Amino acid sequence: MLKVAGLFTEYPNERGQIVRAAQDVTFEVPEGKLFTLLGPSGCGKTTTLRSIAGLERPRAGEISVGDRVVYSSTRNVFVAPNRRGFGMVFQSYAIWPHMNVFQNTAFPLQVGDRRFSAQEIRDKVLRVLRAVQLEELADREATKLSGGQQQRLALARALVMEPQLLLLDEPLSNLDAKLRERMRFELKRLQRELRITTVYVTHDQSEALALSHSIAVMNEGHIQQIGAPREIYERPRSQFVADFVGTTNFLDGSVLGRGAEPGHFRVRTEFGEVEVLSDDDLRGSDRVVLSVRPEDVELAETRPEGDNVWEARVDQKVFLGEFIDFQVKLGGRILLARSHPSLRTPVGDALYVKLHPEKCVALKAA
Amino acid sequence: MQAGNPAMNAAAPFALRRSFDWKWVVIGLCVVFTIYIAVVPLAFLLWQSFFTPQTASKAAEFTLGNYTSAYGSSETLRLFWNSVQFALGASLFAFVLGTALAWMNERTNTPFKTLFFALSIIPLIIPGILFTVAWILLGSPKIGIINLALQNWIGLEKPLFNVYSLWGMIWVDGLHYSPMAFLLMTAAFRAMDPALEESATMSGANIFQVAYRVTLKLTWPAILATLLMLFVRAIESFEVPALLGLPVGIHVFTSAIYQAVHRYPSQIGLASAYGMTLLLITTVGVYFVSRLSSRGSKYATMTGKGFRPRRIDLGPWRWFAAAIFIIYFLLIVVLPFAVLLWSSFQRFYSVPSWQALNNLTLDPYRFIFTYPNLARSVWNTLILSFGSATVIMLVTSVICWIVVKTKLPGRWLLDNFASLPMVFPGLVLGLSIMIFYLNFDIGIYGTIWIMFIAYITRFMPYGLRYNTTSMLQIHKELEESAAMSGASWGTTFRRVILPLLKPGLVAGWIYVMIVSIRELSSSILLYSPGTEVLSITIWELWENGQYVELSALGVLFILALFVLVMVAQWLGKKFGVKE
Repeated sequence: MLKVAGLFTEYPNERGQIVRAAQDVTFEVPEGKLFTLLGPSGCGKTTTLRSIAGLERPRAGEISVGDRVVYSSTRNVFVAPNRRGFGMVFQSYAIWPHMNVFQNTAFPLQVGDRRFSAQEIRDKVLRVLRAVQLEELADREATKLSGGQQQRLALARALVMEPQLLLLDEPLSNLDAKLRERMRFELKRLQRELRITTVYVTHDQSEALALSHSIAVMNEGHIQQIGAPREIYERPRSQFVADFVGTTNFLDGSVLGRGAEPGHFRVRTEFGEVEVLSDDDLRGSDRVVLSVRPEDVELAETRPEGDNVWEARVDQKVFLGEFIDFQVKLGGRILLARSHPSLRTPVGDALYVKLHPEKCVALKAA
Repeated sequence: MQAGNPAMNAAAPFALRRSFDWKWVVIGLCVVFTIYIAVVPLAFLLWQSFFTPQTASKAAEFTLGNYTSAYGSSETLRLFWNSVQFALGASLFAFVLGTALAWMNERTNTPFKTLFFALSIIPLIIPGILFTVAWILLGSPKIGIINLALQNWIGLEKPLFNVYSLWGMIWVDGLHYSPMAFLLMTAAFRAMDPALEESATMSGANIFQVAYRVTLKLTWPAILATLLMLFVRAIESFEVPALLGLPVGIHVFTSAIYQAVHRYPSQIGLASAYGMTLLLITTVGVYFVSRLSSRGSKYATMTGKGFRPRRIDLGPWRWFAAAIFIIYFLLIVVLPFAVLLWSSFQRFYSVPSWQALNNLTLDPYRFIFTYPNLARSVWNTLILSFGSATVIMLVTSVICWIVVKTKLPGRWLLDNFASLPMVFPGLVLGLSIMIFYLNFDIGIYGTIWIMFIAYITRFMPYGLRYNTTSMLQIHKELEESAAMSGASWGTTFRRVILPLLKPGLVAGWIYVMIVSIRELSSSILLYSPGTEVLSITIWELWENGQYVELSALGVLFILALFVLVMVAQWLGKKFGVKE
């Protein structure tokens, strides 16, 4: 549906220097899917989104929606943002304070090329307000809305013209934590119900994992990895992705040889030999970094069956209610492990650490 | 009373032992000083307007005569009409010019944008009197360079335009204050979250729909406030009406007040009646400006951290925009300064020509440097500006601490008192202070002290504003932790508040210093031989017809102010002052 190919953007900063934002960004979003651009601030994700919107003019590349090319540097095509017909929700929501809820929502129907009768506008606006549960507030001043209501209003305004494509720029970042979690479900339900193709920009990895069909992790203008949420989380392809999405333990090592199963390798680390998984074709004596998620570090007071088991010592622990975080000393180093709170090994005592080979991802050292 | 003052509460055991707290002395003095400074002149202006002048033989008597003579004549109606025409014209002209430039600068890709920076400092470095004189040298029908050049080159019979006219006054005043409109509208554009416009674009609105339905509607309070502010400022304007209007008999309130005082015998009662009228107009104006600003902030609270705004690509039109801007730059900076520079190297004022070029001389500069009044007026100016800036910033820091940080009852009144002088046109303030110290002879009339008081009164609101901005950013807990560490109020104020206030203090100090250096309209009623300031010296040179000497002094004055503003900007950067 949406195709972005070879996108390059740059802009002058306050001091007039040219800043490069997106660098050779290429991805595709199938019809009806939610695609997330995830990355730290300044990684080029917002600029990419704004290029799709037409608010930014890229330096090179091509953007098309369905059969329609909205930007192409080679064919010199640039469709003005108000002619693209995409819905967009801004980070600040950009609710017009001089209009009420109804007027805010009706605006796109009033200014577009297509003319609607007053009755049509009314019907469409009320329908979309009902969808975001703001129907009763239609006459309320926009300035009198709470954060969550503003967010829903911004969404209603973006959806009212039934756009081909919905663009969301960190729509949940201005909400408090509890509300953000609730809106996450709402947003997901709405997107799945309407089956509207959506591009979502965020720096919050849990949001990205929760909402997306597919995620592109960006850093310094480049897309690092594209994949389904589970793929990104469980099989990161670079240290950056492993570190940025979720919490992880990094362990240095060097490759000894192939493991028992295809894709498995044996790696020597500070505390012994580990069987690991890698998508790269590793060779003997390659330097690698292992990424192990804390919840995949299995702790037990009795020795578990199988390989990849070591004895360790509890260095510190933090009780967090639904789980308990252990820092265990294994060889010379500290490993973070997340366990069920029923594990009550006191600080200083010994316990066993087991690492499943599928959960230890070996990445080529930078 | 002490509920809002944890410094006091925390130190209560110590305070009890020490029966006397200096804090209340400092606060009390500052409050009394502020009320005295701000309220007394107003009260006396009002009083005077209802009384006949006091003479040696006859005490003042109550009369409505000043008002009847002020409002009974058709002359006053004409005065009023002239003032309104002039102020409306000048403010609209400045607004249109300033807004167009602000929009070009903020929202389009016009080239040469770095020059816009100059716009923010021009009103500071070219005082009104010099700007007006420069435009007389450019646009007078007899000696104006533009007129003469056009007559020579194209063979025009009559001079193209006459600066000694209502249109000429509107032109010069509007041009001079267009940078103010530019700054105010730039702030308005910046205060708006660009996403508000972008979301309209994304909704399918074209550039005109965005401009009308979103940008204009949202900046409407700011537009009205700017227009009102410019109007108030124009109706207070003294230099332009005095230099351009008086010679041809176009009178406005300010020039009429000046004439009433300088007539013999001087008609102070009539001047007061005019002054009260003018004060009424400016008060209503300032009141609505503050109402509008608080309404505007209702909109501002909704903005988030925006992305850098999208620039509208003007295409080939951007060169047209650049041309407009360069012409504007010529009119407001290059031509006025060039004409002063040219005439400052002449023995007698003459239009540029090859012959005149051979007569270049440094005589005017020699004259200026040996001018007996010069050293004294420079010294007076420096003392006054330095002194008033220092006093204002220190006193208003205490005032604004009371207003912002305590819960003392009636503190809002104090805030209003300290801001009250804002409504005073400089000339009216000079008038009321003059009247007061003429009647209550404490020996400062005719000395430099009366001007000192005028300056402090006039610029106190600026100091208060700078300090308040800074004070709002100082978290209450910073003071509280100083109190918990055992510091007294005085120590806390000196060691915690003042240092944290430094950005605002420094910026405000420099600003007050610069505006005091250029002050003319209050000083002109208060100076006497020996207490002239620089702008008065320029005024006197003009009255004597010493144009070339005036030009030399003007050039030096502008250069000095330029250096001062540059130093201020550099200091501002160093201390992290933002605007």
